[in-house]
Amino acid sequence: MADGYSILVDTSKCTACRGCQIACKQWNQLPGTPTKNTGSHQNPADLSFETFKLVRFSEGVNGDGKPHWYFFTEQCRHCLSPACMSVAEKDEIIQDEKTGAVIYTPKTKDLDFKATLEECPFNIPRQDPKTKVLAKCTMCFDRITNNMIPACVKSCPTGTMSFGERDKILDMSKKRVAELKKAFPKAAALNADDVRVIYIVTDDPKKYYQYAAGK
Amino acid sequence: MTNHWIDIKNSDCVLVMGSNAAANHPISMKWVQKAKDNGGILISVDPRFTQTSARADIYAPLRSGTDIAFLGGMIKYIIDNNKYFPEYVLNYTNASVILGDKYDFSDGLFSGYNPNAKSYDKSTWAYKKDDKGLLARDESLQDPMCVLQMLKKHYSRYTPEKVSEITGTPVADLLKVYEAYSATGAKDKAGTILYAMGWTQHTVGVQNIRAMSIIQTLLGNMGIAGGGVNALRGESNVQGSTDQALLFHILPGYLGAPTASLATLEAFNKARTPKTVEAQSANWPQNIPKYSVSLLKSFWGDKATKENDFGYAWLPKLDDGQNCSWLNLFDQMYAGTIKGFFAWGQNPACSGANANKVRQALAKLDWLVNVNIFDNETGSFWKGPGMDPKSIKTEVFMLPCAASVEKEGSITNSGRWAQWRYKAVDPPGQAKPDGDIAVLLMNKVRDMYKSGGKSPEPVLNLKWDYVDAKGHFDPHRVAKEINGFFQADVKAGEKQYKKGDPVPGFALLQADGSTSCGNWIYCQSYNADGNNMARRKKDDPTGLGLFPQWAWCWPVNRRVIYNRASVDLEGQPWNPKRAILKWADGKWVGDVPDGPWPPMSDKKNGRLPFIMKPDGQAAIFGPGLNDGPFPEHYEPLECPVPKNAISAQFINPTIKIFGGEMDKHLTCDPRFPFVATTYRVTEHWQTGIMTRWQPWLIEAEPQMFVELSEELANLRGIKNGEKIKVSSVRGEVRAVAIVTTRFRPFKLGELTVHQIGMPWCFGWIVPKDGGESANLLTPNVGDPNTMIPESKAFMVNVTKA
Repeated sequence: MADGYSILVDTSKCTACRGCQIACKQWNQLPGTPTKNTGSHQNPADLSFETFKLVRFSEGVNGDGKPHWYFFTEQCRHCLSPACMSVAEKDEIIQDEKTGAVIYTPKTKDLDFKATLEECPFNIPRQDPKTKVLAKCTMCFDRITNNMIPACVKSCPTGTMSFGERDKILDMSKKRVAELKKAFPKAAALNADDVRVIYIVTDDPKKYYQYAAGK
Repeated sequence: MTNHWIDIKNSDCVLVMGSNAAANHPISMKWVQKAKDNGGILISVDPRFTQTSARADIYAPLRSGTDIAFLGGMIKYIIDNNKYFPEYVLNYTNASVILGDKYDFSDGLFSGYNPNAKSYDKSTWAYKKDDKGLLARDESLQDPMCVLQMLKKHYSRYTPEKVSEITGTPVADLLKVYEAYSATGAKDKAGTILYAMGWTQHTVGVQNIRAMSIIQTLLGNMGIAGGGVNALRGESNVQGSTDQALLFHILPGYLGAPTASLATLEAFNKARTPKTVEAQSANWPQNIPKYSVSLLKSFWGDKATKENDFGYAWLPKLDDGQNCSWLNLFDQMYAGTIKGFFAWGQNPACSGANANKVRQALAKLDWLVNVNIFDNETGSFWKGPGMDPKSIKTEVFMLPCAASVEKEGSITNSGRWAQWRYKAVDPPGQAKPDGDIAVLLMNKVRDMYKSGGKSPEPVLNLKWDYVDAKGHFDPHRVAKEINGFFQADVKAGEKQYKKGDPVPGFALLQADGSTSCGNWIYCQSYNADGNNMARRKKDDPTGLGLFPQWAWCWPVNRRVIYNRASVDLEGQPWNPKRAILKWADGKWVGDVPDGPWPPMSDKKNGRLPFIMKPDGQAAIFGPGLNDGPFPEHYEPLECPVPKNAISAQFINPTIKIFGGEMDKHLTCDPRFPFVATTYRVTEHWQTGIMTRWQPWLIEAEPQMFVELSEELANLRGIKNGEKIKVSSVRGEVRAVAIVTTRFRPFKLGELTVHQIGMPWCFGWIVPKDGGESANLLTPNVGDPNTMIPESKAFMVNVTKA
């Protein structure tokens, strides 16, 4: 399946306002997790069964002594050939024909969570410890099948996130990477051929997040 | 803002300094990004590498409180390298004006300083005038006493090396910023500045902005698309609230508040209305009597007559020299002079500088009315940390009010757009819109005055008809009142207006009582065309994002003020590709021009573009402020250096320092060796009282933190994520350490100075273990012009808790 929808996340425009992280919670009516500050602005510290979208913060010092601060608004990539589905026996995990969204159903409670997580190249699925159901980003399936764009994309003030038909998103991605390469030779679109949520980065993806480009 | 949010996209160079726009004004970055997409450059100058810095093409660090040194160096760079825009500077600024013989500047002090009064005799800063009263000029700009030469002399001391020694910014970074920004002095280039509290909250706050204004006028960046001096306001309607005279020193529309010595309307108008003999100066403020009389007519309606000075005597008067700004109010409250206090939509127990003093002041009140949508540290101060409820006599009333979406009305954004909002839902329970609370309160006050009381006239004669049939506050009635009405049948030009008709625009306001207007700058907002603030048309004829029929903007829907400075003397745009205005076929096309007059080359009818200045020109030399006609670097009241590296004058010589037991400050003291600043985060609004109750937001920023460098953490043995203590001479807070590469120590010559930063959005009431406000640490010392507290540069210690 190559058509359907895609999301472009151009991290070169992201300001870490976290509108997307909150919008995801709001649309999906997910509770706020009780958190503490652990010495980072990144909070919650990780994805969870009640956090599908998380802005990861990563900082360091460049060769010229100047700091950098990278923001990586993480979510399920909605792979074209989802590895997580390989652990499913029946319809615990569904890949929607029309949109390409990869949906975890309540039946995921019967899946081997560890195996599912291991299969995922991006370390995305999480389990509700009580119900054992697995959870992650739905691509706002209930929105995109009702002529609305995903809540995270809708909330983005800077144009970091775009949603649309996959071929158009791929075009946008190519153009943007070519543009960025002038100033950032390492600019790249991550796993563009394999995933629907495509991240553009301007530096080594590992500097953004360990699994930004996959395990 | 002289310009507006969307206009940022038209800029070739966006300087963000004194602001972390990405975090605090997220939507601004949409337009910054568009500017970048068009090839523009983003520069971030900040003590800390921020979210804005993360997106910037150039980042330069500077020590908090040294912006004037940084900008002074830029002024020197612009002059030395001929980067200024010569035609603009000559024609539209006071660069050619010659200063009087009494003007002087020596070792940090301007002429006319009186050390006992800690104030200047500003008459020594007056311009030289000829026998007709005209300003003396040298249009060759060579006279050593002309403004440009004086400017050059003043900033000749601000060499990159000297600046770097003060600011801690590496020389190479300074030059990179100076070069990139001063390139906007080209005729067809635009540079803009986005600033916020990082510039205002200093004892040199106003002069920080003055310094940038000088740069913007030198580079010809005022009045043009993609230019201007743009304050990013900290609340959605803070622009509207200042326009409507929330502050003590003004009446609506920035008319100066009356003082006791101005006993009559005539005296008031005379004192407030500037005069000029300059031939091409419009001197728009010459119309002030029309606005003041129309305002009085609005307050007191038919009771305001020519015979009774339109009720001028009923206006409350400040004592001459009296300053009723925030710090003084709380000082008076602490002293027991002020007995009652309405805390309306605010949380001073967390937002006020030196918040411990604020909290103690609240305990001295007889009564406190807390009007808010949630309980807060102010209303519940009596059960806060360190308080003994039994010993506090203050009676506290909580009035729940409607949130912004629970009421109808206008808000005015930073770009001066007044936008009408509908009510989405009813307020819950007994909560009422602020307008209803005000109406009920005033009704009660009027009832009480009806049975006696001192001086009842101002209250009982008030025109008080702002409710609907059901007795509820009617925002439409108020908005119409603000726009103004004809009070008599009037013929203006070809048109006949009847008594009761709305005034179409402020050009028709009169000083004879035939018009009323609640705020002259809002005249036109709600007239015969309807509620212009409610307009939502998306036409953009210039393609520059003016959207002239989206909402309404003051004054007279002019989207970029001083816009006649964007054209040459023939009325042709400096940059035809971004023509905000142009003179074509005998009329102005584009934005609403800054006045109807033809271009300047018409020596008889043409008018200078800076119409609010008596001489019509942008003031590179500005003799009106309390602390000098040119910005000069002084150290913050609390600073890490033993002396000012650029003069013998250590701190701003005109600041007021409170001397009470709670008013402590310490400078260059080994017990408090680190510079501190405060800021906000995206997730929390102001003191956090609207956001700390919200689980998704508190999840993202749950606790008070302090950001500090790895070097300082090593020095103090502090680990990332551990709770530490931050203290100043005024108080202490516990906070989680965020040890970061985004703060670096500053090298000031031989000296290494560390700086830390904290948010002020937390407070004890919620969440549990969320921490306290950084304002427990900040000093209650203010800028000598505005009295805004110096919350952005003060001294602290950090230790393991």
